[in-house]
Amino acid sequence: MFTEKDVKYIASLSRIHLNEEQTAQFSKDLEKILSYVKKLEQLDVSDVKPTSHVLPLKNVYRNDEIKPSLTQEQALKFSVEQHNGSFKVPKVIE
Amino acid sequence: MTETTQQQYETVIGLEVHLQLSTKTKIFCGCAIVFGKAPNTQTCPVCLGLPGTLPVLNKQVLDYSIKVAIALNFSVNSFIKFDRKNYYYPDLPKGYQISQFDHPIASDGHIMIPIGENNFKRINITRAHMEEDAGKLIHDNASNASLVDYNRTGTPLLEIVSEPELRSAQEAYDYLQTLKLTLQYCNVSDCDMEKGSLRCDANVSIRPVGETELGTKTELKNLNSFKAVKASIEYEVKRQKSVLEAGEKIIQETRLWDENKLISQSMRSKEEAHDYKYFPEPDLVPFTIEASVIDEIAKTIVEGPQEKRERLVKDYAISDYDARILIQDPELSRFFEECTKTYKDTKKICNWINGQVLTELNSRKTKIANISLKPENLTQLMDQLDSGVINNLAAKDVLGLMIDSGQSADTIIKEKGLAQVSDDGTLDKIVDELIQEHQTIVTQIKEGKESAIGFLVGQAMRKTQGKANPKKIGDIIKRRLLHA
Repeated sequence: MFTEKDVKYIASLSRIHLNEEQTAQFSKDLEKILSYVKKLEQLDVSDVKPTSHVLPLKNVYRNDEIKPSLTQEQALKFSVEQHNGSFKVPKVIE
Repeated sequence: MTETTQQQYETVIGLEVHLQLSTKTKIFCGCAIVFGKAPNTQTCPVCLGLPGTLPVLNKQVLDYSIKVAIALNFSVNSFIKFDRKNYYYPDLPKGYQISQFDHPIASDGHIMIPIGENNFKRINITRAHMEEDAGKLIHDNASNASLVDYNRTGTPLLEIVSEPELRSAQEAYDYLQTLKLTLQYCNVSDCDMEKGSLRCDANVSIRPVGETELGTKTELKNLNSFKAVKASIEYEVKRQKSVLEAGEKIIQETRLWDENKLISQSMRSKEEAHDYKYFPEPDLVPFTIEASVIDEIAKTIVEGPQEKRERLVKDYAISDYDARILIQDPELSRFFEECTKTYKDTKKICNWINGQVLTELNSRKTKIANISLKPENLTQLMDQLDSGVINNLAAKDVLGLMIDSGQSADTIIKEKGLAQVSDDGTLDKIVDELIQEHQTIVTQIKEGKESAIGFLVGQAMRKTQGKANPKKIGDIIKRRLLHA
């Protein structure tokens, strides 16, 4: 069972605020999704290696060479608030 | 009466060390890494986590990590991949940190830490994995805001996680010392705790002696020096004992060490259990590491600190004690070896390096790598000392002046007029004066009190501001007063 408590926990990890109505709705929806996924568990995958990546690519590197960075102005361009060259955000620690 | 013996506890410590690898660029983008730049001047769309960008692994980060893995006796894994560690904090622009979860670069390492004079204890190291550093947050009380600088974001780190096999604050300290020394010899990081290129968190728990289950641990953070690691663990063990003795339970939490107050405090804001929901990083392909690559990198590891110590004793006939001092700083031992190429009295040059040179360095709170003194400067000074151009006293002054000015010994001796007076005529005249001025002493010497000669030599040094050749002065006095 996917409970409302689970939904609230995931919402808090994701910093999403849900009201009571949304919480109830999401727990129903997620329950449906999970029960569908449960069907997949019936498959025998004991011979299948876990797949982390779908493309047949590996070992893609770059060399340790400096590329130009953005200017401070460019970096801060999309910030909501800034101060002395830094991004300004609500205080995160007591 | 029942027993009232106090419960004895065993301390269990595991250390997590973050090593900043000294590559030119970040782990997944080409931004330069330079300490102390203006905020947000070393970022790009990749390390800012802007949509549509793709990280690509810096080959040097992988090579450096493999080098460390070999030096710490790890097995380098043949298949590795990166994963996303999800959490929300403003120092992390993407909302996740790229790290390694189930296929790290290295597993099952170990180092030997010294126990007492001649014993060693093996400390196993669980794993090492590559990851990106987060940005820097400055909390501003006045505006009730936090200021974020993303220059550090994406700096390559290698996290080295020990097994919980350390049994005291001292062992944790010794582990860190040994680890740091070994890492320094890899030449992949400056290993500077003050600058944050070597960081350490400690997981600490206690359990009744004989118990095999681990107790509830706390994680100590903000440890900015070896001393802080030791002091914070000692404090934490005491604190946990008093909690248990009061019949209460240890709470699993992160505690911040306060170096001024010498206490740790619970970081309440991080109290909720972390649930990082790791999953494979889809933007980075997996990597396979061939044995031949590992072999090639292994060749670049010239020698570890302990092998170097043994070799120095053997090749240069110096004491084990002196060799131990020299290996503490790889640059210092390199300096010593350079000197011996042109200066053949290895013991004498070693004494000067471990004695005078270190004294001068310590008084300036610096290291050999940070000063302009070259091996040839020191050997030239030794030559001048040996040939009698200057005396021991002047040589010590010249050394200090060389370190401060970067000038050669010859230049300083000439400019400061430090060459000692060895000219017979001049020294004879000085002895004449002394005999006139110190009749009582002269009588004593003539009566056989040879120790009084030292007094006259001292007076000669005074007269000449330390420039007289003390050996010659002594000889002249003896010749004049004893063999006359």
